[in-house]
Amino acid sequence: MLASDMLVAQNVGFFIIAAAMVVGALRVVTTRNVVHAALWLVVVLSGAAAQYVLLAAEFVAITQIMVYIGAVMVLFLFGTMLTRAQIGAEDNLNNAKSWIFGVPVAVLMLATLVIALNDGFGNEKLPMDAPVVNTQQVSDQIFGPYLLPFWALSFVLLAAAIGAIVLARRD
Amino acid sequence: MLAALLSEIPYWGQSLLRVLGGLVAVLLPAGTVVYLFLFKMMSFMQSRLGPMEAGPYGSMQLFAEVGKWLQKEDIVPDAAAPEARIFKLAPLIVLASTFLLVVVVPFGPDALFTNFETGIFYALAVSSVSVLGILIAGWSSANKYSLLGGLRAAGQLVAYELPMVLAVVGVVIQAGTMNLQQIVVAQNTGSIFGFDGVGNPYVITQFVAFIVFMIAVQAELTQTPFDMPIAESELVSGYMTEYSGFRFLIFFIGEFATAGVFSMIASILFLGGWGVPFSWFGWTTIDSIDNWMNVGGPLILFTKMLVLVFFIMWIRFSFPRFREDQLQRFAWKGLIPIALANIMLTAVLKVAF
Repeated sequence: MLASDMLVAQNVGFFIIAAAMVVGALRVVTTRNVVHAALWLVVVLSGAAAQYVLLAAEFVAITQIMVYIGAVMVLFLFGTMLTRAQIGAEDNLNNAKSWIFGVPVAVLMLATLVIALNDGFGNEKLPMDAPVVNTQQVSDQIFGPYLLPFWALSFVLLAAAIGAIVLARRD
Repeated sequence: MLAALLSEIPYWGQSLLRVLGGLVAVLLPAGTVVYLFLFKMMSFMQSRLGPMEAGPYGSMQLFAEVGKWLQKEDIVPDAAAPEARIFKLAPLIVLASTFLLVVVVPFGPDALFTNFETGIFYALAVSSVSVLGILIAGWSSANKYSLLGGLRAAGQLVAYELPMVLAVVGVVIQAGTMNLQQIVVAQNTGSIFGFDGVGNPYVITQFVAFIVFMIAVQAELTQTPFDMPIAESELVSGYMTEYSGFRFLIFFIGEFATAGVFSMIASILFLGGWGVPFSWFGWTTIDSIDNWMNVGGPLILFTKMLVLVFFIMWIRFSFPRFREDQLQRFAWKGLIPIALANIMLTAVLKVAF
C-alpha cells in the first residue's frame, strides 16, 4: 500500500488513542480502588470520543462526552462515593473466581465483534472524498426515516425513569 | 481580510497565537470579574471601600493576591496521601474544562479559535466535565466536609445542566443552527416585524429561555443562592477545603473564568454576541463586515459579558442560600417544565411564521 493512499496523521492518531484506551481498559479491571477504576473508565470513554472525532463524526463525539463523561460517569462516582469508596487500595475488590467466567466472556465478546465486523464490512474501504455527514443530516435522519425507533427508545427511557422513581419512593 | 493574513503564518505560529489568545480570553475576564465585582462592587454594596492600597483604587490588588497564593506551600493532607496524584489532578480538570469552553466562543467575524458546526452543543458538553474534577477533589481530600461538598456539587450541577440545555434548545430552534458564529449573524441580520434597527436579539423573543439560562448559569457556577456545595457555615468550604497555594488559586481562577465564559456564551446566545446590527453599517452577510470589527467585536462582547456578570454578582451578594431540597425542587419542578414549555411554544411559532 502506498503512503499516499493512507491518511498518515489519522492512522498515527488512531493507534496512539487506541493504545491509551487499551491501557485504560486493562487498568479498569486490575486497579485496586473503585474510584480509580471509574477514572480509568473515563479515559477509555474519552478515547472513544476522540476516535469519533477522527472519523469526522463530531456530533457523536460530543454526545459521547456529554452522556458518558458528563452524566453516566458522574453518576457512577456519585454512587460509589455515597456508599463505599475508601481512600487507598482495597483488598477484597478482586474476586479470584471471576477469572474463570471473565476470560471466556471477554473472548466471546471479542470473537463476536470481530466476526460481525468482518462479515459486515470485510475489506470495504470508504473513498477518500467521502462526504462528511453533518449534524443537520443526522437530525434529518433521526426525525425522518428513523422516527419510530427514536420514539421506541424514548419510551424505554421514560419507563426506566418512572421505574427508578417508583423504586426510590418509600410511600 | 484577516483570514488571508492568517494563512501566511506557519501552522506552529497559528497554534501559538491561539494558545496565547485562549490564555487572554480566560484570564482577562477572570481578573476583571474578580477586581470589579468581587473586590469593588461587593465592598460598595456593603458600605466599605474594598482594597485601596495596592495601586490606584487597589487595582493592583489582584497581582498581590496571585503572588501571595503562589508563595504558599502546596499541601497534601496526610490522610489523602495515598491519593496524592488524584488530589493534585482535580483542580486541573476543572480549569481544563474552562479552557475547552472558551475554544468555541467567537469574538469577531474572523477573531475566533474555531468555527465549530455544533458549537453550543460542544460548549454544554465540555462544561459538564468540570463536575468530574469537583467530585474527585471532594473524594480525594479524605475529609467528610469535602466529600459532602463534592457530592452536593455533583447533584446540583447535574440537576441544573438540564434546564440549561433545554433553554438553549429554544435559541437553536429559532436560529436554525448550533454554530455560535451563525447564531450571532442570525440575530444581527434579523428584524422584528420588519424593523431591523436593533436586529433581532433573542433576549426579546426568547426571554423565558434567557431567564432560565441565567438561573442555570448561576447554579452551575455555584454562586449564592446556589452555593450549597461550598456553604462555609456548614461545610467549611466544601470540596476546596483541603486545597492550598496555587491549587486553590486554580479553583478560584476556574470559578471566575467560567463565570466570564458562560456570560460570553449567554451574550452570544441572547444579546447578539460580538456583533452590532448589520444594517447600521450597510453590511449584509458575514463576509462584508469591515475588518475593524475584529477589534471592536471582542470589546463589544466583553462589555456585554461584564453586564451579565454584574447581574450574576448582584444576585450573589443579595440573596440568602437555598436549602438542598428547595434547590433540587426548583430545578426539577420549576425550571425544567418552564424550559420545556418554551421549547414547545418556540417550535410552534417557528412553524407558524
